[in-house]
This record gives sequence, structure tokens and C-alpha cells, in this order.
Amino acid sequence: MTPDLITDLYVFVLAGFVGFEVVKRVSPLLHTPLMSLTNAISAIAVVGSIAITGEQRSTLSTVLGTIAVTASVINVVGGFLITDRMLKMFKTRPPKAR
Amino acid sequence: MTEPVLADAIAVAYIAAAVLFILALKWLSAPATARRGVRAGEIGMVLAIVGALVRHEIVGYQWILVAFFVGSAVGIPMAVFMPMTAVPQRTALSHAFGALAAALVGTAEYYLRTPALDAFTMSALDLEMLLGFLTFTGSLMAFGKLQELLPTRPITYRGQNVVNLALLGLAVAIAIYLVAEPGATSLFPVFAGLALVFGVLLIIPIGGADMPTVISLLNSYAGLSASAMGFVLDNKLLIIAGALDGASGFILSVIMCKAMNRSFTNVLFGAFGSVRAGAATPATERTVRSATPEDAASILAAATSVIIVPGYGMAVAQAQHKVRELYEALAKRGIEVRFAIHPVAGRMPGHMNVLLAEAEIPYDRLVEMEEINPEFPQTDVALVIGANDVTNPAARHDTSSPIYGMPILDVDRAKTVMVIKRSMSPGFAGVENELYYMDKTLMLFGDAKAVVGEMVKALSGAARA
Repeated sequence: MTPDLITDLYVFVLAGFVGFEVVKRVSPLLHTPLMSLTNAISAIAVVGSIAITGEQRSTLSTVLGTIAVTASVINVVGGFLITDRMLKMFKTRPPKAR
Repeated sequence: MTEPVLADAIAVAYIAAAVLFILALKWLSAPATARRGVRAGEIGMVLAIVGALVRHEIVGYQWILVAFFVGSAVGIPMAVFMPMTAVPQRTALSHAFGALAAALVGTAEYYLRTPALDAFTMSALDLEMLLGFLTFTGSLMAFGKLQELLPTRPITYRGQNVVNLALLGLAVAIAIYLVAEPGATSLFPVFAGLALVFGVLLIIPIGGADMPTVISLLNSYAGLSASAMGFVLDNKLLIIAGALDGASGFILSVIMCKAMNRSFTNVLFGAFGSVRAGAATPATERTVRSATPEDAASILAAATSVIIVPGYGMAVAQAQHKVRELYEALAKRGIEVRFAIHPVAGRMPGHMNVLLAEAEIPYDRLVEMEEINPEFPQTDVALVIGANDVTNPAARHDTSSPIYGMPILDVDRAKTVMVIKRSMSPGFAGVENELYYMDKTLMLFGDAKAVVGEMVKALSGAARA
């Protein structure tokens, strides 16, 4: 394994632990928004998709990349919007009650 | 900017994005800071996308622009107009999109780089595509079941696990062969096809009540697939974001499994339906006490504390807004009303909380299982709306019951129990709920929305009289 890949593995393991510790503290109340937010974040695949599409190294890769960017962008915009829409609903008091 | 400077700037932007993603999840821990978390995530994502766009290697933007346009045109309306009751379906669909992106990028990378792929990169590619493709079809199947385009009950057949494991085994064998011989391009479509088929077969035997676990697991897979893409592209931001998603999905799956007292393997390969069908006890002739919504309303009016237990039935009947009216009618009379939320109530983690929040029920009224259970003995009325197995006392004492050991809401310990239910048909587990036959239990038969509506009417009528 090259030093680069070793570093990548370190990054993965550490990020996994950070994720574990951070997500563990999320209240069960917000588990649905949690899932839609992490889904939006993992739409970071858009970065790899953009590279494949924009580098235009072969027709196949450009076509597959374009589909991948489309799918990721759906998750990026949709994921953040819906998470925010859900979180807006969580209130301690109903607006008209008092 | 010169190339090295630009590359450094991009690297810094990616580090900032990674930090913002972690902060986003940290701030999501409490409702008060959660929306700040979304902002942080958005800024991180913009940084990442800008970083990806300005790289020198990008030679053409036309297709990227097309994809951005189409993606936004689909994604924005879906997020803005989708009813909250459809959140589980949308989540399943977004797992499918995420996994598809990872799988397609993996496929493109494979064909660009073959046969010059070192063993490590090829292994990462294998993992990216295996998880990507199986999560894609698996999530589509989950979407179909949640949207009720497909039958929601488990579909099982003899030798199902053998077939599934053989398929997976074959896919893994080809993956390993591809690591040794990355140039074997003819085997690649077979590998992708097997992964796609495996995703379908994996979800077929899974029933509606297991969806919270499965959707969490697919969430995790989609994240890990993105992380594997990071290894292939040597992009640490992808590795980090994917690992965060993977960890989150994993934690949620573990929580869901614990809440059902089952193991991962049991959920995925347990052939739940068949086990339970065999164990279902024949219905004995026992009597239940049924009541009218008016009777129920007068009992509720005389109570000082009420715990409402919502389940998937409430979501199906779209009764959450009527439940809010009931909550307000009772609260106005000075009755303490709380909601008991079982972790697996509904079709995805946190499903009930979102529905009740949408109906504008204050979230401090929503209480988790561990906190609410000690409260039931001092509670006058426990009102169960569309929940079944999670309230069955047999889970505590009947070792022969298929749900024995599952943590339940101790509804039976309340002074009076009311259950709104469409009929006496057993729940998903095919188990009779002995709660219904207790002397202190009143059954209110009918559609949850209609019954709760009549209760509200009776309560407000009594207030005027």
C-alpha cells in the first residue's frame, strides 16, 4: 500500500469515530432529520461525479458522470431543503395556543 | 491562479467543508441548534462543489450545467411539495440516488483506468460498486414497498437465504478476481448485474415493520459507498463525508435492532414472516370491551393525565392533525397530555416525531420509551392510536411469543387503556395482543382519523353544555 492509501485509511477510521460520537448524541426526536441531513452530506459524491463529467475523458464516462451529477444534485438540494422544512416544524409551543 | 496555488486553495476549501459537515451533525443534536446545522452543511456543500468545479482538469462545463439544472428541477419540487407523510419513501428514494451516483462514478472510473488498477484501488472500486448497485436497487424496492407500489408484506420462498448468499458469494468472488485481473472487462457487467439483483432479493423478504432498520442500513451503505469512492479518487473529503453518513446509518440500525430485540442477521436473513406465521397462536374466543368515541371522550374529560401512543396506523389514517385537536381540547381542560414514542413506531427512525411536529404538537410533549415507561402506572388513560406490537405485554412475560424480549411501552400499567383500531386483526407480527382483552381496556373500532374527530367533537360539545 502506498503512503497515500494509508493516510486515506487513517482519515476513514478517524472520521468514522467522529461520526459515531457526534451522531450518538443526536436526540431520537430528530432521527428522521438526521437521516435526511446525512443523506444530503453524503451527496458529496457530487464532487467525484463532477470530476468524471467535466474531465470528459471518454463518452461513456461523460454520460455516466452526467447521470451521477444529476442524481447527486437531487440529493444535495432536496436533502438540505427537506431537512430544514422538517426542523422548522419542531416547536416547543404551538403558535396559536398562546 | 497558478495550478499549485489553486490546488492548495481547493484542499483548504475541502478541509473547511469537512469541518462544517461535522459541525452540522453536532448541531443537529438538539432542536434549538439543529437549523444552524443545516446551514453549516449547506455552506460546506457549496465549498465542496465550488472546489470541484474550479479544478484545472475540468475541460467542459456543458454537461455539468445540464445535470445541475435537471437535478435541481427534480430535487427542489420534490423537497418543497412532498407531504410529510411521504418522508420514508423520499428517504428511500434519496438513498437510491446517492448509491446510483457512487456506482456510476465507480463504473466510469473502472473503464477509464482498466487494466492499470492496483489491488487496493480495485478493492475500493469493488466495494464502491457492490454497495452502490445493491443499495440502488434495494432502496428502489424499499421505496416501492413504502409507496405501496409493491406488496408490503414479506415475500419468502424456500431456499431464499441460500439463493441470496450464493448470489452475493458469486459477486464477491468476481470482485476478488477483478482485483487480481483488473483487465477482465467481460466479467465486470456480470459483477454489476449480480449486485443489482442482490439488492432486489435482499429487500423482497422484508416487511413493513422492519423498514426502520432496513432504511437505516441502506443509509449506511450509501454512505460507505461514497466513502469508497473517496479511496478510489484519493479525495479525503469524500472519505470523511461518506464515513459520517455510514456511521450515522449504522448507529440508527443498531438502535432500531435493539428496539425490536433482534440482530442484524435476523432482520436481513431472518425470513421474519415465516417464523412468525408459524408461531402465531390460534385466535381464542375471548371477549373485548368496546366503547363509543363519546364514552371515551367522557372518560378522557375526567382524567388528569393522559399518554397518547401513536403508531403507523395513525400515519396511514393521516390522523395527526385530529390528534393535535384532541391534544388541544384536553390541554385546555388542564389535563396533562404526553406522547409516548417507541423507537420503531412508523416506517423510519423518528417518523412519529416528524408527523406530530408537522401537526404542531410541541416537541417537549413527545417522550421516549425509557422516560415515559415509569410514568404509565400514575397515568389515568393511555390512548393507543394505530400501534399494536409495541404495546403487547406478552413481550415481557410470554417466552413462547415471537416478540418476547422486545422492549415495549408499558401501556397496560395505566389505569385505563383505550385502543383505536380498525378491527381485531392481529398486527404485523401475527400475534394476538393480550392488551385488548384486559378488563381495563376499551376498544374503539374505526378509522383513527374519524374516531379521534368524534372524540374531539364530544369533548367540545361537553364543554359548551
